[in-house]
Amino acid sequence: MQRARVAGRGKIEGSAWKILWRLLRYIFQESHFALFVAFFSIIISSAAAVIGTMFIQQLIDDYITPLTKAANPNFAPLLNMIILMGAVYLLGVLGTLLYTQVMIMTGQRLQKRVRDDMFTHMQKLPLRYFDSNDYGDIMSRFTNDADTLRQMIEQSLPMLVNSVFNVAFTLTAMIILSPLLTVISLVVFALSIFVVRSLTAKSSKYFRLQQKATGNINGYIEEMLNGQKVVKVFSHEEQAKAGFDKRNDALREDASRANGLSTMLFPIMGNVGNILYVLIAVVGGYIAVNHPALLTLGAIAAFLQLSRSFSQPIAAITMQLNVIIMGLAGAQRIFQLFDEPVEQDSGTVSLVSVAVAEDGTLTETANRTDHWGWKRVDEHGNVTLTRVRGHIQFKDVNFSYDGKNQILHHITIEANPGEKMALVGETGAGKTTITNMLNRFYDISSGQITYDGIDINQIQKASLRLSMGMVLQDTNLFTASVRDNIRYGRLNATDAEVEEAAKLANADGFIRNLPNGYDTVIDGSGSDLSQGQRQLLSIARAAVADPPVMIMDEATSSIDTRTEKMVQTGMDNLMKNRTTFVIAHRLSTIHNSDDIMVLEDGKIIEEGDHDQLIAKQGKYYELYTGKAELG
Amino acid sequence: MIRQLLQSVREYKRDALISPLLVAIETFIETMIPFLMAGMIDKGIVPGNMGYIERLGVVMLIGAFISLAAGAGASWFSSAASAGFAKNLRQDLYYHIQNFAFEDIDHFSPSSIVTRLTTDVMNIQQAFQMSVRMAVRSPLMLIFSIAMAFSVDAEMATVFIVTVPVMAIALSIIIAIGRPMFKKVYQRYDGLNQVVRENLRGIRVVKTYNRSDTENDKEKVASSRIFEIFSKGERILQLNSPIMQFVMYGTLLFLAWFGARRIVGGTMQAGQLVSLLAYAMSVLMSLNMLSNVFNQLTISMASAKRIVEVLTYESTLKSPTKPIMAVPNGDIEFNQVKFAYEDDHKERLSDINLHIKSGETVGIIGETGSGKSTLVQLIPRLYDVNGGVVSVGGNDVRQYDIRTLRDNVSMVLQQNVLFSGTIAENLRWGNADATDAELVHAAKLAQADTFVQSLPDGYDTYIEQGGSNVSGGQKQRLTIARTLLKNPKILILDDSTSAVDTHTDRLIQEAFNAELPTMTKLLIAQRI
Repeated sequence: MQRARVAGRGKIEGSAWKILWRLLRYIFQESHFALFVAFFSIIISSAAAVIGTMFIQQLIDDYITPLTKAANPNFAPLLNMIILMGAVYLLGVLGTLLYTQVMIMTGQRLQKRVRDDMFTHMQKLPLRYFDSNDYGDIMSRFTNDADTLRQMIEQSLPMLVNSVFNVAFTLTAMIILSPLLTVISLVVFALSIFVVRSLTAKSSKYFRLQQKATGNINGYIEEMLNGQKVVKVFSHEEQAKAGFDKRNDALREDASRANGLSTMLFPIMGNVGNILYVLIAVVGGYIAVNHPALLTLGAIAAFLQLSRSFSQPIAAITMQLNVIIMGLAGAQRIFQLFDEPVEQDSGTVSLVSVAVAEDGTLTETANRTDHWGWKRVDEHGNVTLTRVRGHIQFKDVNFSYDGKNQILHHITIEANPGEKMALVGETGAGKTTITNMLNRFYDISSGQITYDGIDINQIQKASLRLSMGMVLQDTNLFTASVRDNIRYGRLNATDAEVEEAAKLANADGFIRNLPNGYDTVIDGSGSDLSQGQRQLLSIARAAVADPPVMIMDEATSSIDTRTEKMVQTGMDNLMKNRTTFVIAHRLSTIHNSDDIMVLEDGKIIEEGDHDQLIAKQGKYYELYTGKAELG
Repeated sequence: MIRQLLQSVREYKRDALISPLLVAIETFIETMIPFLMAGMIDKGIVPGNMGYIERLGVVMLIGAFISLAAGAGASWFSSAASAGFAKNLRQDLYYHIQNFAFEDIDHFSPSSIVTRLTTDVMNIQQAFQMSVRMAVRSPLMLIFSIAMAFSVDAEMATVFIVTVPVMAIALSIIIAIGRPMFKKVYQRYDGLNQVVRENLRGIRVVKTYNRSDTENDKEKVASSRIFEIFSKGERILQLNSPIMQFVMYGTLLFLAWFGARRIVGGTMQAGQLVSLLAYAMSVLMSLNMLSNVFNQLTISMASAKRIVEVLTYESTLKSPTKPIMAVPNGDIEFNQVKFAYEDDHKERLSDINLHIKSGETVGIIGETGSGKSTLVQLIPRLYDVNGGVVSVGGNDVRQYDIRTLRDNVSMVLQQNVLFSGTIAENLRWGNADATDAELVHAAKLAQADTFVQSLPDGYDTYIEQGGSNVSGGQKQRLTIARTLLKNPKILILDDSTSAVDTHTDRLIQEAFNAELPTMTKLLIAQRI
């Protein structure tokens, strides 16, 4: 809360109206009727409140005073008046009931819609967005920002509208009752708003400092606690405490000032109301005593009450403005996500399952077969089908993430159908980047990549990616059963097919040992499975998808020899009869590759099979004999 | 629980007590004003007594200014008190955690401890500030206002005997129905977070298998589940404002009707009616505020519980009363050792017997989960055995002063971290007084010197948080050098060279054998 508030203050200025306007349009799209209802209910509710106060004046001047003078007081007109007022009040209560309920539903619906829209939009964004944005930051848009936005819609916005109407109605009523007292009230309020503004300016300075100090201590806590075991091993507790104390005290000081100044607002506004109350009584009394024609007793009483209902909305407006600024900052961050350009796809060639007749002609099938075909439709609607073989070529490919630092230089590779191609090199040499080009997570800067002779830019992205399975080093699983995690590769796979894939991946054995076998629910963070087991599952996931081409990141160093063997066997099974790109982390596993590319700084420096490269006595030889380090 | 938390107020007790006192003064004056106002109208304005109006006006103005000062002061002191309280609370938590054993850290998990230290403390700070201000103000306001109303006109004030309980009951019913719903909302938020987090982390998988529709469906389910219960809960809670308005308007009409009759009957005056109306407002306002305070405080109870849980958690590791302060040599002996992790029924080590002589180099191999790391972690007492005895230098490890033991039994952890700071600062974790020459010597043994020297700033190169600017192998070599600087009697490397190439790995071993002959060395390896 605190953090968002301060961040909000700093971030949006000037464009606040634009964001508000866009936000209102966004809400309006879905809930225009609700907004109208809420708006009019608010007016009714606040009008009822002001009319109610005016009633006090009438009560005293028009009913009580004449009645006290009457010999035979007749209470019937008063009773009628009370009943009438009861009706007005009831209307006001209904107005309040209606607008609070409507605004809650509007806010809640908006929150849900914002989340759904953000998520849906996010799925369409290119990988670059995910690689260049902090996950925590994206997640906070779904939680914090969506929440502050909802609060703003449900509470602040109606309160603000309510307060504005209250002030307007009250001011009108005050002018009717006594223009002179109105002027006095306005002067006092102008003074108090001046005080409030200077206080807010000062406190927001300290809020910024507090924000910084909070970030500082949180960072320290985060770092030290994640390394707490190291702190213990080195008996470094005292130093850890000293560093903590320094930051802790800095935070206390700023937090104390920031909150001190900002909470002072309430008693100041409240007591300014009291001062005004007294001033009105004194001045009003003076006028009523000396010029009774100008001001009646009832008018003073009503005015006193009005001055209270005048100071409250003004204090509320000052307060709500902060919340609204905060909500708008959240809205801005949400809109930023909406404005991210989505991944472009101009491909027309699609991947389909085909049946192969004896004479070699292909026909598209709805059901899955063991064969894949590329489907091309020309401008006349003629369909051509060709076999997917898995022939991949890079022709003089260059790439740069930012347009400045070139990552890949003149890469030319050819992988024939069914070949195993290994990419070797240090961290940052460009191995992963090459695979990112292949499935178009990123687009090349120049050159060409072809798949069975088709430029990959002409293939629909979804089809391209479906035709290439991936087994990555940080295997990402989802919170679901083991079965569903494997089935993620192909949603309509039968249970038998899932188990078949698990067997192929060498994962069946350990899965059956889990408490509920294939139905064991695993946690997405995977704390309940070992690194090797997670990798086996991701191999099974790729196996059930059964794509013509595979991209594999080899097993990590953190698994033991036996599990590593299992993973390797699983991967080997998966590679059979498929064009495969392997990112190698150890050389022992790639002896049998058809082609090995040794990369350095985004260039291919050596190429050939194992024996050729060893004979060459170059970089590969150094790596193989342990004279150089692999990343 | 509350008492446990309040122990952290300490030096801010004065501020914490001044604040409610000032609030009481402010509230008292504020409730007096409508009472004096009745006098001003009835004895000043109605009879036209200007002198009375002036005198009372001055008194009331002075009162209002005092009240303003008291209110502002209360804000200032309450903020100082609560910020100080939060500071102490964070300190107490952090210091307490420093005494935690490995097992205790596992028990809570670092990320959960971080949340407790940050978000939860922040919640408590706000709740505390509210307690010393609003939680004092609203009940006082309620009591004062009712008392004043009775002193103005006891018969008319009986209306509060009806309205206050009605409001109180209505509010508590609303809270009773609403609160369980909000608890569920928090749980369902976890579900949404999970979907988004897994989607972000697995975005490459999602894109590869073209599963954005599946993911969208998951998210819609999660957000609908929140919407469903959250909107219901909020709607119930929001009934509060129309109900409150209804009661308030009802009270006003009641006062107007009966007030008019009494004024006409001569038993009451107009000014008294005006002040009664003002008290009616403040009674209902303070009730509403009270329910808000109550609601806020109960929400923060969850945070309080999470904090106290850590504060009262007793470390599983106890220091002996008369500790041995020196480790004689690097002998290690395991005698019938049994061990199981907490929350885990499986015995990880059973009946281990082992004797390693000072100066020996011993390799330990085995599959993942076979207990290699567990075994060595018992030696520096990172965990305590469940049965049997582990001794170092001929003494049970539980008899040593923990610090002495860990200084002499030094372990390079599998999941190792460097801290933000220069390389030299990181290495000096091993020995704060190490000379530059000693740093270089240790780095040379760990085969880290060459690459450190090749960096632009050498040993003054700044390591980013988590050590993200050095490679895995370099990080491992630095952590080994850091440990060597402690000059321990026993050195344990838990798969600490997995990212180092075989050639360098061999050089490290050779350097150890040549330069550290008396040090007992235990090496864990994943692969042979």
